[in-house]
Amino acid sequence: MLLDEPLIFERGSAGRMGWAVPERGEGPAEALPPELRREDDLAGFPEVGELEVLRHFLRLSQWNYSAATTMYPLGSCTMKYNPVVNEALVRLPGFAHLHPLAPEALAQGALELLAALEAGLCAVSGLDAVCLQPAAGAQGELLGMQIVRAHHVAHGNARRRVLIPSSAHGTNPASAALCGYAVTEVPIDARGLLTAEAIARVMDESVAALMVTNPNTLGLFEEEIEAVAAVVHGKGGLVYMDGANMNAIMGVARAGDMGVDVMQFNLHKTFSTPHGGGGPGAGPVGVRSLLAEYLPIPRLVRRGQELVWSEDAPKSVGRVRSFYGNFGVLVRAYAYMTRLGGAGLAEASRLAVLNANYIRARLEPVYHRPYDTPSLHECVLSDRHLQAHDVHTLDVAKRLLDYGFYAPTIYFPLVVKGALMIEPTETESRETLDEFIDAMLRIAEEARTTPALVRDAPHKTRVARLDETRAARRPVLRWRPPAKPAD
Amino acid sequence: MSGYSPHTPADVAAMLAAIGVDSIDDLFRQVPARLRERAAQDRSPGMTEPELRAHLEGLASRNTAAGATSFLGAGAYAHWVPTVVDQILLRSEFATAYTPYQPEVSQGTLQAIFEFQTFSAMLLGLDVANASMYDGASAAAEAVLMARRLLPGRRTVLVARSLHPQYRETLATYTRGLDGIDIREVPFAADGRIDLTALRAGLGADTLCVVLGYPNVFGVIDDVPGAAALAREAGALTITATSEPLALALVRSPGSCGADIAVAEGQSLGLPIAYGGPGVGLLATREQHLRSMPGRIVGETVDGQGRRGFVLTLATREQHIRRERATSNICTNQGLCALAVTVYLSLLGRNGLRRLAEVNRRGACGALARLEARGVARVLGGPFFNEFVVRVPDAGARFELGAGRGVVPGFPLERWYPELPDTLLVCVTETHGEAEIERLTDLLSEARRQPRSMQG
Repeated sequence: MLLDEPLIFERGSAGRMGWAVPERGEGPAEALPPELRREDDLAGFPEVGELEVLRHFLRLSQWNYSAATTMYPLGSCTMKYNPVVNEALVRLPGFAHLHPLAPEALAQGALELLAALEAGLCAVSGLDAVCLQPAAGAQGELLGMQIVRAHHVAHGNARRRVLIPSSAHGTNPASAALCGYAVTEVPIDARGLLTAEAIARVMDESVAALMVTNPNTLGLFEEEIEAVAAVVHGKGGLVYMDGANMNAIMGVARAGDMGVDVMQFNLHKTFSTPHGGGGPGAGPVGVRSLLAEYLPIPRLVRRGQELVWSEDAPKSVGRVRSFYGNFGVLVRAYAYMTRLGGAGLAEASRLAVLNANYIRARLEPVYHRPYDTPSLHECVLSDRHLQAHDVHTLDVAKRLLDYGFYAPTIYFPLVVKGALMIEPTETESRETLDEFIDAMLRIAEEARTTPALVRDAPHKTRVARLDETRAARRPVLRWRPPAKPAD
Repeated sequence: MSGYSPHTPADVAAMLAAIGVDSIDDLFRQVPARLRERAAQDRSPGMTEPELRAHLEGLASRNTAAGATSFLGAGAYAHWVPTVVDQILLRSEFATAYTPYQPEVSQGTLQAIFEFQTFSAMLLGLDVANASMYDGASAAAEAVLMARRLLPGRRTVLVARSLHPQYRETLATYTRGLDGIDIREVPFAADGRIDLTALRAGLGADTLCVVLGYPNVFGVIDDVPGAAALAREAGALTITATSEPLALALVRSPGSCGADIAVAEGQSLGLPIAYGGPGVGLLATREQHLRSMPGRIVGETVDGQGRRGFVLTLATREQHIRRERATSNICTNQGLCALAVTVYLSLLGRNGLRRLAEVNRRGACGALARLEARGVARVLGGPFFNEFVVRVPDAGARFELGAGRGVVPGFPLERWYPELPDTLLVCVTETHGEAEIERLTDLLSEARRQPRSMQG
C-alpha cells in the first residue's frame, strides 16, 4: 500500500530545524543595512526535522514508476538500465568537488575524461569534432542550428528556411524558430520515409538546413538519407540530424557517413545516464570539420602534454550555458561507453532492435500497425482496431499502469492517429517483454469484453485520472501559507 | 561481453523465430550495406566493472584541485551538503523516471516539483515559478526571450557589465538569431554596483529589459530597487540573475526589489560543484506573466474521487503542441537537481537557512577584516554577502602558485575583466574554518610583499 503524505510545507513545528548548521566565523558581522535585509525572514519555509524530511521524500519516491522498478517503454526516450556503478563513480571526490575555475594543471583527470568522451562520440558518429557543453538534447539542437546559421552568415547569407519532415519531434521546429528560421514541413511517403524527391521539390537556396531524425520517430531507418543529403548539399544547405534515436544504430550506421553535417547526441538516452524525472541530461553536438570553427567556447585543446581550455575561437557562436556542460552526466556517459567498448555499444543497438521487433511481431496481429516498413529500435502501433469499442490510445496507456508497466509514448508522432510508440531498449529480458506483450494483448481483449474497465483505468494507482482541465483553467502552481484569521 | 543485456543465445534464437528472420543482421536490411560496413570498424572491447572503477578512480585522483583549500566562487559555490540529500537522489524511483507524462504513476516527481516551484517563488519573492531550467545562465537567456514576448515591440536589452560574463555570453548566443535584438552593456561604478547614471542614459522607449546580477559577479549586492525604478519609468522590465542564492536568505528578495522576472542558479543549494554541472536554473515571475513563462509547469488538481494530485499543466505554451510558436524549445526540466534543491531547502528550512547565511556572511567579513589588517585592500567595495574582490599584485601568478601549494586563493578577475588587473575574487563559505582563512591571509599578504620576479 502507498502511504499518504502532505506537502512539506504542511509539516513541522515553529523553531524546528532539520540539519544543525555549523557555528563558524569570527564574532558578529557588521549587520547589513536595513534596506538590504530580507523582507520576510523566509516566512513559509518549512521547519521540519531530518527524519521528517527523509520520510517525506521516501514516501514520494514510492509514488513513482521508474525504469529501475518497471519496464518503461516510453518511445524515443530510451529508458534503458542506468548502471548503478556509474552513480558511485560520479561521486568520487576528485569529480564531485572539482571547481570549474581551478587551474587546468590540477584538473587533468577531468579534462582527459572529457577529451576521451569527445573522441568516443566522434568515433561512433563518424563526425570530426564534438562539443560537450549543451545541457540537454533541445539545447544541443539550439546550438546545432546556431552553428548552421553561423556557417551561412559566414558565407554571406543566413538563409530563411529550415526543412523538417512531418514526423519530427516538436523541439525541431521550436529550435529552428529560436534561431530565426521559418519552418517548411516536408511530407513523408506511404512507407513512412523521407524521399530525395520530396526534398528536391522544396529545396532551394533559401533553405539553411534539413533537420532529420534517423532512425525517424516511426522507428524507421531513412533509407534515402545519402541521396537526401546530396540534394540538400547541392543547393548549399546543411543536414542536421537529431540524434535522439541513436540507440538503434551504434556500430550500424554513422551520421558522418550518411552525409550529416551536424547532430546532437542525447547522452541520457543512448549512453544510459539516469533521466532524473526530467533531467539533468546532456546534449553534445558533433560536427563535420567544416563547421568546427563555430563550436562554442571554451574548446578543449592539447598544449604539449596538457589539456587546457581555449577561448581562442573568433568564429565561435559563443556559449549556451555556464562552464563546460553537465559534467556529472558526462562522467556517467563516459563510464558507460568505456564499460561497453565499441563492441558492446554495437551489441546494445542490435539487441535493442531485436527487442522492438519482437514486440512488434507479437502485437501486430492485434494492434494496428500503420507502416509495414521494418522497424529498428521502436515500433509504432495505433488504436484503430480498438475504436469500435470506444477504447482509445489514452485508455490503453492508463490500463498498462494497472499491469505494472509505464506507458509508451502516446499520440506521437503526429502523423499516426492514436499512436502508441513503444521502445523496450536492449536491457529488458525476453520474459519481461513477454509479460508486457501479454498485458497489451489482455488489454485488447478487455477492450472487446469489458471496455469500461479500460476506459476508467487506472484502478490500482495512488490517484485515478486527474482533472487536467481544472489544472489549466484555474492554475494552482504553488503552496501558499494559510491566510491568517481575520481580527 | 560486458554489456547490460540479459539475452542468452537461446533467447535470441527464440525471438528471431517469433519475428520470422534468420539473424539479427536481417533486421538491419533497410540500412545500406556500405553504411554498415563503415560503421563496423570499431569493435573495441569493453571493461569489467573493477577495471572501470580503477580507470575512473585514476582519472579522479589526477584532479588534485578537488582536494585543495579553495576560495573559488564566481558562479559555483562549495557548501556542505547534508547526507540525506544524496540519499534521496540515489533513490532509483526518482533518478530513473522521466518527465511525468503519466501523472497517476509520477506523483512523487510531480509533488516534489510543486514543492520546488513553491520554494523558487518564495525564495525569489515572486508569485509563480516553473519546474526549472538547465542552469542560471540559460535561465537568464530564457528570461530575456520571455521579456520579448511580453513587450514585443522593444528591442534593446541593457545588461549590467557586472553580470557574470558567462551569463552575458549565453544571452548573446540565445538572442543572436532573433530580429534586431540589441544588447548593450551598462558599466559598474567604483563600488561595484550598477552605474545608475549610465543606466538612466541608456534607457528609452525601445528598452526591453534591464538584466543584472544579484549579488553580481563581484559578490556585491547590487542596487536592484534603484535600477528597477528607472526601468519601470521607461516601461521596461527588470530581470535579476542570482548565482549564489544562499544570499537570498539574508538579503531582500528580487521580487521585493522590483524584479519582474528573477532567475537563479541552484547549485549552491544542495548540489556538488562537479566541475560546473549539472546545476539547475530557477525562474520566477509575477502572476500576470504566467502564460509567457518557458519550461514545464506543475499544477495542483484533483482526481475523480476528489483526491489532491499534481499534473504537468499549461502545456499549450510548449513545443510539443505549439511547435515553432512555442515559448521555448525546452522540453524537460532539470528534475533530479531540482529535487536536490527541494530536499536541501526542506532540511535547512527557515531557521537553518538564515543561520547558514549568517555564518557565510560572518566568515566572509571576518576573512576580509584579517586581510585588511595585513594590508590587503578591498576594491569594488559595495555591500556584499560571501564574496568580495581584493587587490593582489600578480593575481594570476599568485593563483597558479597558491594552487600548486594546495590553496586556491580566489579567481583572478583580469581573465574576465581586463580593466581589473591585480584583483582576486574571494569566496568564503561555511566550509572554511580558522585554519583555511589563515592560509589565505598568509598567501595573500605574502603576495603583497613579494616583488614581481617571484612569479611561478
